[in-house]
Amino acid sequence: MNVKLRVWRQRDAGTPGRFETYEAKDINPNMSFLEMLDVVNEDLTRRGREPITFDHDCREGICGMCSCVINGEPHGPENKVATCQTYMRSFRDGETITVEPFRARAFPLIKDLIVNRSAFDRVIQAGGFVSVSTGSAPDGNAILVPKQNADLAMDAAACIGCGACVAACKNASAMLFVAAKVSHLNLLPQGRPEKEKRVLAMVQQMDEEGFGACTVTGSCEAVCPKGISLNFIAKMNRDYFGALLGVGGKKANTLTGA
Amino acid sequence: MKLDAKIPLGPLTSKWDKHKTAIRLVNPSNKRKYEIIVVGTGLAGASAAASLAELGYNVKSFCIQDSPRRAHSVAAQGGINAAKNYQNDGDSVYRLFYDTIKGGDFRSREANVHRLAEVSVNIIDQCVAQGVPFAREYSGYLTNRSFGGAQVSRTFYARGQTGQQLLLGAYQALMRQVGLGQVTLFPRMEMLELVVVNGHAKGIVVRDMVTGAISSHSADAVVLATGGYGNTYYLSTYGRGSNATAIWRAYKKGALFANPCFTQIHPTCIPVSGDYQSKLTLMSESLRNDGRVWVPKKKGDKRSPAEIPEDDRDYYLERKYPSYGNLAPRDISSRAAKQVCDEGRGVGETGLGVYLDFSDAIKRLGRSNIEERYGNLFDMYHEITHEDAYQTPMRIFPAIHYMMGGLWVDYNLMSNLPGLYVIGEANFSDHGANRLGASALMQGLADGYFVLPYTIGDYLATQKPGSRPKPDAGEFKQAEQETNDRVEKLLAVHGKKTVTEFHKQLGRILWEHCGMARTEKSLKEALALIPPLREEFWKNVNVPGEGEELNQSLERAGRVADYLELAELIVYDALMRDESCGCHFREEHQTPDGECQRNDEQYAYVAAWEFTGVGKTPILNKEPLVYEEVHLAQRSYK
Repeated sequence: MNVKLRVWRQRDAGTPGRFETYEAKDINPNMSFLEMLDVVNEDLTRRGREPITFDHDCREGICGMCSCVINGEPHGPENKVATCQTYMRSFRDGETITVEPFRARAFPLIKDLIVNRSAFDRVIQAGGFVSVSTGSAPDGNAILVPKQNADLAMDAAACIGCGACVAACKNASAMLFVAAKVSHLNLLPQGRPEKEKRVLAMVQQMDEEGFGACTVTGSCEAVCPKGISLNFIAKMNRDYFGALLGVGGKKANTLTGA
Repeated sequence: MKLDAKIPLGPLTSKWDKHKTAIRLVNPSNKRKYEIIVVGTGLAGASAAASLAELGYNVKSFCIQDSPRRAHSVAAQGGINAAKNYQNDGDSVYRLFYDTIKGGDFRSREANVHRLAEVSVNIIDQCVAQGVPFAREYSGYLTNRSFGGAQVSRTFYARGQTGQQLLLGAYQALMRQVGLGQVTLFPRMEMLELVVVNGHAKGIVVRDMVTGAISSHSADAVVLATGGYGNTYYLSTYGRGSNATAIWRAYKKGALFANPCFTQIHPTCIPVSGDYQSKLTLMSESLRNDGRVWVPKKKGDKRSPAEIPEDDRDYYLERKYPSYGNLAPRDISSRAAKQVCDEGRGVGETGLGVYLDFSDAIKRLGRSNIEERYGNLFDMYHEITHEDAYQTPMRIFPAIHYMMGGLWVDYNLMSNLPGLYVIGEANFSDHGANRLGASALMQGLADGYFVLPYTIGDYLATQKPGSRPKPDAGEFKQAEQETNDRVEKLLAVHGKKTVTEFHKQLGRILWEHCGMARTEKSLKEALALIPPLREEFWKNVNVPGEGEELNQSLERAGRVADYLELAELIVYDALMRDESCGCHFREEHQTPDGECQRNDEQYAYVAAWEFTGVGKTPILNKEPLVYEEVHLAQRSYK
């Protein structure tokens, strides 16, 4: 198959960007989208032009490094997959495919299709952990977790931190990402002692990073490669309001860690 | 060079306990005067950086990804072993130790492996406390699954994403320390040189992958946790960014490289579909719990799998290894797949594939049970192949997956260069000639959480606080200069061939001549092919762009330049080891039924290679493997 690509090229954050058009010819429909970009890049290199810069690593949908908005959708047309798991059979022969970086104030552009998502790391740093130092843990089976809670926590923990939720949101809100981590830890007995502090700190950091507000349109859930449920946002809101009411009381003094 | 593994004296079962009480400590008020560099943020690197910071050391953590959470440990699927014996099925520290030694075909260091089995139980406790959502029973207790090479169920798992969940646990512990100011994070930074001052590792030179700026960082000790070098083969299950540069530059600065030819080829990967392919995808070994591996009995049988009746199928693993069946270890399963494909009985368009069939398991357990256990893997298989493995068997084929070889380390995980520690897949120590499934996660976390934090103090206690060199010392300036020269040299070639073309060519040489089966002839051919390719690279590679910017072609070029040197060492090692053991199958040495024939009299040692110059024959140093507890035996899974 043959496709035409309109790709966003931008040297760095300080230089204006533009779309450039490339032909991708004789593409095997079983190629992944990124392998198609590899082929285009090989061709550009041979012709003495600079290849398209894009983030990628595991190429099996788990590291969260790949990004890209493809034809207006973060991670492309298929549901519940990342860009690296998008295959060319999802496109039509002769189609023009538009490829852009994730766009959000909190994700400044670095080059071409690469953006800086370190805001997510700082949100985790604010409270996305259990404050347990190495060596102090009791036996694994000393902490019982009902299967349904463990499963629900795992559903939330499946988040790969790619940022598609932010890119899809009209307000560039990071609520789904933050809610996934808050829910994962707050659902488990291990995370309960820091529950209030965690949600307050992470939400505060999320706001400081410049992510927008959530109006629960659900576009985040629709593009999430791991199908993280919107329900976790509801759960985080509940934890958040609970914590607001609890802060200043006894609970706030029992907090540990950062 | 005389190699001292520093294995503690005394009975095997008390070596580690005794050693912990005997090694030097650094007092708490001195810990904050030391700086430690940790390169890599996978399971080993992140757990080490977090644990060292918790102890009070100042840690600088470097990774090439945009976030530490993306290191390739994240992609491990199946699980992590621990000798908890929660299943009451006869497991013990000794059994995990013995299975690992036997699985490694008696080419690993006994004392290290026993320690690994001992601390395995602490890892599970630590991870549970961090909130890793391991699979559980309805009662709330932890559950287990079985894995290859073991007859007990000792593998803990979090769906098919165990590596991701363990890594997030370590990453979160790391980020907590970043928040406390105890760790400074350096993402999108690539280590390009190790700096050695007066014989001790005292820092690194890095390139900022966004700006291209080259800078130096000094420390009291350097920890490399940069993973394996399987991408030397081009196609592998590794992340695309995984590379050998950090350990290779350390090797060129004097660190010894041990058992480089020990290459794990994983039996259950999705077969190659075309030349454009950029990586191979693993289907977790846990699938072999319920899937049955088979090929047609007849050569060239092109019927669809559903049309091949039971009598015309050869469940060759069950036939050849009745007691382990489909759970035979990885090296044996891979080789068996190669054999049936060599006989012309392989399946799929290329004939390079075998079936992994779940129809019996679905009949026995119901589709919903299989979905719960492996749903994400079946989904992944469908995305890639567009086939439904609930309806038709998966097609699988072996692929490069893990390197047991790595930088040589002593019992304290320190290389022969004082101050240089190497942990996780980057070192060689625990898996011998073949790693068992679910043991890489165990080793990475054992090294990072429970071994290095103790042993590094033994070295630091000998270093005066505040004595580390400044990053503008002469050795650093010189290393920066070398790095700059190298970058400029790569950019100045302006040749005709792309970096990827060279890499693919090298990968084909290695896969064909030094892959699942090796002969003296094939290895000698490889040794004749690699140097000319390397020379051509430096004359004819085309690296577009500039050095002072984000330049992915340049990053890859530097790594491929290293692979072109490392590949030769892999082949030297394979040629020197004139025996078969584990993954290293020299066709000249096999038993009458085609299994590995070891030669313990001549080769029961660790081959630790010493750099002498590019293109020059390296020096072989030997660390004899002394078995105090285990009796060396012909490995049998029949």
